[in-house]
Amino acid sequence: MSTLSLSGAGILAVDPVPWARAQMAFTLACHIILVPLGVSWAFMALVANWRAIRRGDEDALLLAQRWSKYMAVTFAVGAVTGTVLTFEFGLLWPKFMGTWGAAFGIPFSVEGLFFFIEAIFIALYIFGWKRLRPWPHFWTGVPIVIAGIGGTLSVVAANAWMNEPAGFTLNSDGEVTDVDPLKVIFNDAWPYEASHMLVAAYLVGGFLVASAYAVGMLKGRRDRYHRLGFLIPFTVAAVATPIQMGVGDTLARWVYDNEPTKFAAIELVPETDSDVPETLLGRLSSDGEVTGGVQIPGLASWLSDPGTGTSTVVQGLDAFPADERPTTGEVNTVHLAWDVMVGLGTLLFLLSAWYWLAWIFRRDMPRSKLFLRIASVAGVAAVLAMEAGWVVTEVGRQPWIVRGHMKVEDAATGNEGVWITFVVVVVIYLALATTVVLVLRSMSRRFRGQADLVDTDVPYGPRELLEEPEQEAERIGG
Amino acid sequence: MDDAVAVVLFVAVTAYAVFAGADFGAGFWDLVAGGAARGARPRALVDHSVGPVWEANHVWLIFALVVLWTGFPEAFASITSTVFVPLTLVALGIVLRGASFAFRKSLFRTSERRALGAIFAFSSVLVPYCMGAVAGAIASGRVPAGGEAGDPWSSWVNPTSIVGGLLAVTIGAYLAAVYLIWDARRLEDESLVEYFRRRALAAAVVAGVVAFAGIFVLRSDARYVFDGLTSRALPLVVLSALCGTGSLVLLMRRSPRGARLLAAGAVASIVWAWGVAQWSYILPTSLEVSAAAAPSATLATLLVVFGVAAVLIVPALALLYVLDQRSLLPEEGVGSRPAARESTPTS
Repeated sequence: MSTLSLSGAGILAVDPVPWARAQMAFTLACHIILVPLGVSWAFMALVANWRAIRRGDEDALLLAQRWSKYMAVTFAVGAVTGTVLTFEFGLLWPKFMGTWGAAFGIPFSVEGLFFFIEAIFIALYIFGWKRLRPWPHFWTGVPIVIAGIGGTLSVVAANAWMNEPAGFTLNSDGEVTDVDPLKVIFNDAWPYEASHMLVAAYLVGGFLVASAYAVGMLKGRRDRYHRLGFLIPFTVAAVATPIQMGVGDTLARWVYDNEPTKFAAIELVPETDSDVPETLLGRLSSDGEVTGGVQIPGLASWLSDPGTGTSTVVQGLDAFPADERPTTGEVNTVHLAWDVMVGLGTLLFLLSAWYWLAWIFRRDMPRSKLFLRIASVAGVAAVLAMEAGWVVTEVGRQPWIVRGHMKVEDAATGNEGVWITFVVVVVIYLALATTVVLVLRSMSRRFRGQADLVDTDVPYGPRELLEEPEQEAERIGG
Repeated sequence: MDDAVAVVLFVAVTAYAVFAGADFGAGFWDLVAGGAARGARPRALVDHSVGPVWEANHVWLIFALVVLWTGFPEAFASITSTVFVPLTLVALGIVLRGASFAFRKSLFRTSERRALGAIFAFSSVLVPYCMGAVAGAIASGRVPAGGEAGDPWSSWVNPTSIVGGLLAVTIGAYLAAVYLIWDARRLEDESLVEYFRRRALAAAVVAGVVAFAGIFVLRSDARYVFDGLTSRALPLVVLSALCGTGSLVLLMRRSPRGARLLAAGAVASIVWAWGVAQWSYILPTSLEVSAAAAPSATLATLLVVFGVAAVLIVPALALLYVLDQRSLLPEEGVGSRPAARESTPTS
């Protein structure tokens, strides 16, 4: 060690690789919860806004206005947690960035454009309610939706590139000497991964917002306002869910064709074979045997390529050197995450089907309390499914950070104090998460009980000093 | 082409310094505004002034980081490996600052608002200090080439970094005070105009003193940049001094419009002076811009992206600032009164 470690004492110097992985995973897992809200909530607010202007619907107007206030909080937190990820690329993975930045950075430069557009127009939309005229104000919201879609497609392009690196030339020292930007962005994995994440953003955002109103309805707030607050996001989610089944299935088949180690981990296949069973739950033991779980004969082969049916050969983990495929522990993580994603996805699909059937046969949403009860946990379920999906993508790629080119352990920082930053980050994020939930709840409570409260909109200070004569008059008068 | 991308990088850094720097500075004035009662009105102005624009201004930082890691990956790896500690503080400070700023408006109790306000204000000072310290680490040649890590402590705890950190905090405070005069005038609050005018004058003098003292520090601690500042970058240094003095005079003569432009000009030219002074190095004096540059297709892509940004983003930003300046972006939503659209069609 040529320089002082962060702690200044060898005893506190710890191998950075596992801590860097843990910190990246933790901060990404937190940030990704805010992503769907950032991408799809503006769309849902615009639907309500459109309805409000077109039909003079006061409930829809109130929804759109309040949603935009919630969005102000979730977007701000999403922007700063996203910034942390930007810094972490360098702080945790400097060797990865130093070697691959010229290629990997390209999708992010495009994403920067979309982030700009999003940040500008979300400010116009959120702050413009009072003084802009209704239609121009509505149109300031549209670029947010477009930028959300563009941003998702760009960021996922970077992640897809890590799975399916393309568009660069290396010299004999392994340095990037030439780059084809279009091949980097439009790498082979991109269409599948990006569409899967984009649909997920609408699916998760829809279920998450709808679940808040489902809770409200269960508590007896069955007015038109709450009904609309449920119907708009739930409809978005119920459209996205069946689409996601198709997109996910296509992506899985692409992984079968192109990322065989990940696929072997997903399907828990230790040895190359045909007529491979679909194993639900279960685990791979350290001696390479599959134990436990429920096996459905031949289904994994059949799903991989229905054309050849159960005789489809699935490559097993043993087809690859041990240091070029996920470890047994990682395989079990991937397989469990896969089961969670597909299981929850299927339940959400059934919930959506229930909703659509009720509309088709009764021209109304399902009336039963059971439906609302399930809908009220669908938001959390959708978040879990999305998190599980990311675990499948990321852990399934191990041990690679750039598949086939660079391993995670070779990409990490040499800084031995990472464990300290990990601990600090976890503490701050837990406090942050708690505060986000408390703030959103207090906003909701305030919106409901606002008749007797006046929003001062002044940062802090005793209220009596802040009341301006105008507000005073309003309070007395109103 | 590597030169052009380096210019793009500095445009982003300049925009961040001139726009977001003022948002940080506003946090500084929030921090020193005194107790809850005394500081209420300046804080309300800070809130009103920063609210609609800080996120858009913040994107310049992301943009600069992306241009740096895509265009000059080796330099990025060296910087993040060496100044790990201050950059971590920057990242966490940005989280605390942005989140607490967004939260405090949404909370009702004074105690909660005060706690979050304190976090916002404290991190508004910590973040620019650390960024300035990082700039000092780079300028004084303490970040080695080759994606290697320099000393984790002395790289950013040294005379040049201290000057950089103090300069970042003071010029942010100076910019913010000048901008806030303008905002106070817009709201026709004469006592706040005077409040921030006095503070702008004080900050201008302090920033000037730090900058002047900094020259002597650089002479002994960052020789390459010092030589640059006193030769090829000298016109920019003089320009910055002229702008700074000019804005000071205008402030004293109570002419805030010109003062605002000149203040921004002073900050922009000092950033450019730094860039020109350390030319042709991206990491003086171990890594040249040309040696650190990514393959030409990557650089071309960055230039195209920047061109698109100039066409799309600049007008959008202009729209945001113009609407904000015309008080068309008064508050989030419509307040919490349910009678929603009654006041909408007035404009």
